[in-house]
Amino acid sequence: MSIVANFDLVKGKLARIKGRKIEAPEFKTPQLKRPSGRALDSFMGWRRENGRVGVRNHVVLLPLDDLSNAACEAVANNIKGTLAIPHSYGRLQFGEDLDVHFRTLIGTGSNPNVAAVVVIGIEDGWTKRVVDGIAATGKPVVGFGIEGHGDIATIAKASYVAKEFVQWATELQRVKCGIEELWVSTKCGESDTTTGLSSCPTVGNMYDKWIPRGVYGVFGETSEITGAEHLCKARAATPEVGERWYKMWKAYQEDVIEAHKTDDLSDSQPTKGNIAGGLTTIEEKALGNLEKIGRECKYIDILQPAEAPAKGPGLYYMDTSSAAAECVTLMAAGGYVVHTFPTGQGNVIGNPIVPVIKITGNPKTMRTMPEHIDVDVSGILRRDLTIPQAGDALIENIVRTANGRLTAAEALGHREYSMTKLYRSA
Amino acid sequence: MSKPHLLVHEAKDTVGVVVVEGLKAGTDMLCVITHDNSDFRLTAKMDIPIGHKVALKDIKAGDTIWKYGQDIGKAVANVGKGEHLHVHNAKTKRW
Repeated sequence: MSIVANFDLVKGKLARIKGRKIEAPEFKTPQLKRPSGRALDSFMGWRRENGRVGVRNHVVLLPLDDLSNAACEAVANNIKGTLAIPHSYGRLQFGEDLDVHFRTLIGTGSNPNVAAVVVIGIEDGWTKRVVDGIAATGKPVVGFGIEGHGDIATIAKASYVAKEFVQWATELQRVKCGIEELWVSTKCGESDTTTGLSSCPTVGNMYDKWIPRGVYGVFGETSEITGAEHLCKARAATPEVGERWYKMWKAYQEDVIEAHKTDDLSDSQPTKGNIAGGLTTIEEKALGNLEKIGRECKYIDILQPAEAPAKGPGLYYMDTSSAAAECVTLMAAGGYVVHTFPTGQGNVIGNPIVPVIKITGNPKTMRTMPEHIDVDVSGILRRDLTIPQAGDALIENIVRTANGRLTAAEALGHREYSMTKLYRSA
Repeated sequence: MSKPHLLVHEAKDTVGVVVVEGLKAGTDMLCVITHDNSDFRLTAKMDIPIGHKVALKDIKAGDTIWKYGQDIGKAVANVGKGEHLHVHNAKTKRW
């Protein structure tokens, strides 16, 4: 039997096993007061030393390179309330590829969702470069090189610092901030035909309402604009920005796709998941993808991967891969603090430092994997929910998430962090 | 409005998207064009999964396929009105 106190078990037993399938019971937790009206104009966040506002308060253990993952994970095991962010790469990179690596690490540490950082690298030189980059924000950051000391001494020293940082950070208080201080990124994944009909336009409606109010936005996924490039180019704020965008998109077609393709990409773009969901061609996928920037928004600048926007509030384009974890990692490194993620077939992605809000309009996905979804807009397909109503539901969820509600991906422990690699290491 | 079986983005489109699970051949589908909320009926010629596309008219091999009022690729086989249109009979014009 189920033992239930202070919440209502609506249907079913706890984790009832039916055949081999575990059927999710339906719960009804006590109703909390949801923000509405003017309460949606502000949120409670942490104001950092450089004035930016975060919605999470992580103390991060950041490896410079793949070799230092073990030490960072050991410190995270020692000191509760810290977060190690292991990743691949960081050795023998050079040129633009190395620049992206440093921008990603420094941007991750600099993100306002991070209170303080301990960097660990195999040697001091590059470790210092990351420490110095993060230190420019004014937040506490310390680095350790492993060579000449070994893992155990390094872990011990880093653990003492991490303990200080976490005790300091946990005493920091949230303060009331206007929604114009939010930086909200977007990228969709495991898309299908329902994303273009419902979840992507939901994000677009949020941007149409929030960008004019001073919110920072960003979209990207360069390969996935193919087929909608004429429409994307036309959405630049000025012809000059549109020309720069088109040049960037064209360079990607020539330098990446044409240089490396072995077929028409029909096995990877659209993906197998996209095809199972009904998407047939890259053009169809791109047109659905572009629904995320709404009807009115114009992008004001093009960002390099992991580059922070520098032209004030508005919508930006970031040159990213369309792979979910790589893209969200780059946008988080650009300084965005909340991510909106439309999905059709049910992408389960999260990020270590940024809450990733999942939106789906696919009723089958809502039925089969509801624990991954934060905002259900499947009513759009039944025509009992309009796009503006769905946009309002997303705005409410973003404010609740910014106020501290964990996203599905956070509750489920999804912390995907993937470095973007432009070419082979030396 | 009653619940549609098929949604179509623009009046110009030659395909629509099935938005109900378990659609069976022979279903007299309620189809809604989301751009202007107009509706029409179409008979599904096959069982077609949710999210997959249905040809709104007879499409010949080589014809451009229209969705969102835009070119999304070409047919590589003839597709009859009410039939399933997907990777087996349609293809990108890119790459």
